[in-house]
Amino acid sequence: MATQKKTFDAVEVLNEIESKFDMVQILDQEGNIVNEDLMPDLTDEQLVELMERMVWTRVLDQRSISLNRQGRLGFYAPTAGQEASQLASQYALESDDYILPGYRDVPQLIWQGLPLTKAFLFSRGHFEGNQFPEGVNALSPQIIIGAQYVQTAGVALGIKKRGKDAVAITYTGDGGTSQGDFYEGINFASAYKAPAIFVVQNNQYAISTPRDLQTNAKTLAQKGVASGIPSVLVDGMDALAVYKVTKEARERAVKGEGPTLIETMTYRYGPHTMAGDDPTRYRTEETDTEWEAKDPIIRFRKFLEAKGLWNEEKENQHIEKAKEDIKNAIKEADGVEKQTVTQLMEIMYDEMPSNLKEQYEVYKEKESK
Amino acid sequence: MAQMTMIQAITNAMQTELKNDENVLVFGEDVGVNGGVFRATEGLQKEFGEDRVFDTPLAESGIASLALGLTLEGFRPVAEIQFFGFLFEAMDGVAGQIARHRYRSGNSKQAPVVIRSPFGGGVHTPELHADSLEGLVAQTPGLKVVIPSNPYDAKGLLIEAIRSNDPVIYLEHMKLYRSFRDEVPEEEYTVEIGKAKVKQEGEDITLIAYGAMVQEAMKAAEELKEEGINAEVIDLVTVSPVDYDTLVKSVEKTNRAVMIQEAQRQAGIAGQVISELQERTILSLEAPIGRVTAADTVYPFTAAEGVWLPNKKDIVQKAKETVEF
Repeated sequence: MATQKKTFDAVEVLNEIESKFDMVQILDQEGNIVNEDLMPDLTDEQLVELMERMVWTRVLDQRSISLNRQGRLGFYAPTAGQEASQLASQYALESDDYILPGYRDVPQLIWQGLPLTKAFLFSRGHFEGNQFPEGVNALSPQIIIGAQYVQTAGVALGIKKRGKDAVAITYTGDGGTSQGDFYEGINFASAYKAPAIFVVQNNQYAISTPRDLQTNAKTLAQKGVASGIPSVLVDGMDALAVYKVTKEARERAVKGEGPTLIETMTYRYGPHTMAGDDPTRYRTEETDTEWEAKDPIIRFRKFLEAKGLWNEEKENQHIEKAKEDIKNAIKEADGVEKQTVTQLMEIMYDEMPSNLKEQYEVYKEKESK
Repeated sequence: MAQMTMIQAITNAMQTELKNDENVLVFGEDVGVNGGVFRATEGLQKEFGEDRVFDTPLAESGIASLALGLTLEGFRPVAEIQFFGFLFEAMDGVAGQIARHRYRSGNSKQAPVVIRSPFGGGVHTPELHADSLEGLVAQTPGLKVVIPSNPYDAKGLLIEAIRSNDPVIYLEHMKLYRSFRDEVPEEEYTVEIGKAKVKQEGEDITLIAYGAMVQEAMKAAEELKEEGINAEVIDLVTVSPVDYDTLVKSVEKTNRAVMIQEAQRQAGIAGQVISELQERTILSLEAPIGRVTAADTVYPFTAAEGVWLPNKKDIVQKAKETVEF
């Protein structure tokens, strides 16, 4: 009996594809430039500004956690560890660009122009927190994981149809890549060659579920292959690398070359949210320590100090500024009037339907007492 | 005036609004060059171009969310879900996102989206094509849900839906697509959302219906007349919000009512309508409000539609029971 000749090695094809996704890095853990060729075109002032934002946002995280514990904030998803991933990608955007954030992506909104008071009102659950100022092109944080991805395809197609030099950018986590909407989103944007940037912030855990339990795929970036879009794996603890790949994705998008998928390899130091998640149940101290050594602020600080652009005094100034900003914003949030049912009715429709009109009168009467 | 089938009236409405407003976009699976699986978008891509009328990948969640995303750039999407049984795939996009968009933005954004979708039994479709799922969307705050029963209303309602700054689910009964023609004005006109229509006046009992059940109710009314029962037939036109003013006025006159729907008894909107009516008209009622619905099973295998779908006979019987109560 003749042996059948092997003509196709599916395992080899897979291995070959997966081997293509090397992690893009510019700064190593010690703040040394390891890839000079990729160095983004940023002025000293811009580098310092990016550092200031990262420091400010780290303080915001620390304060938000404690304000949450005091009951002065509501829903809060910690961000410490993800500053490079969140802020350096936002730093590559223009004001015309549209952000569709997930629930952990409040910092990007703040740096796109959302007043901190509104971010706090979002956390507390007040509709005024979601009334974004004119010119802040963004949606409020999306709770349904994946929904922001499919919506982004629509926003990007809209931008393309209007002929604008802008992009739509969206964020999800490692767990979110398992959703159908994740795939539909990148695939729709691909089919329409729409100017979209899809960021996957792989912080290793979806609540308690490790990233390896989401998929056997070696990288999350390679999921872009399924819809035929360029995809990049980047060191998410490296602000310069994140900035660089986002900037390039943006350039491709506005040139009409379609969307990009970016996986940022990152970590959240805190719990999933402040609603009772305890990461010691599923993470070891060793893992935490290993990732803390990769801290985006530490390595960017070393890089800037070596250039003579940063020092302890500057950092402390910024820590104080953040605390002051937060204090003021919380105070302002405290002063916002309580919501009424009639207000909630008023924001439901353009033309109030008959059922609500009837109920409106009932609640108006109730509220007048 | 022209004689049009409901499907022609629907095409005509989209054509009118594509012409009137450059922000109107029509898209879905096979709505472009193919003109739609029922020809509802026939000729539209040719007339308005691929930029305005276009096909999508085969993914309903993607379609609904594409629509929402496009509103953020000021477009007015008219998206098609090929059959409403496929709504489940798009339920988050429709109910979790589009419906809440204005509210969750504190009224700073709006979703002027129309979701068009065929549904309804009696035409021997395969599984999950004909299911009446209007009850699901009618239970979702933020949406308006309309179901035309004839070509005239179909055109006016669709124009009204496209112009509405609130999201509208526009459901098209497949059996009504080409079953009859109607006088439909060539020019533009609108039919008010949230307003029911008295199709036939009567004094003895109110028959409340929507979709394909309107015709069944009309036929039943004719038969009841032969037995000396004058039925008032009301077409709800909009199933969310329901026009209770018109219903109450009628029931206060007739003192009896039957609510008719094609959907299963535990589905549709009959439970809600009857509950509201008994609160508002209890002192006028001479009998409990009756209900004609399908049985609480999954939508029938094709060959069983004939015994399962509610029809004129069921309505006549329930109406008589109610009159004789």
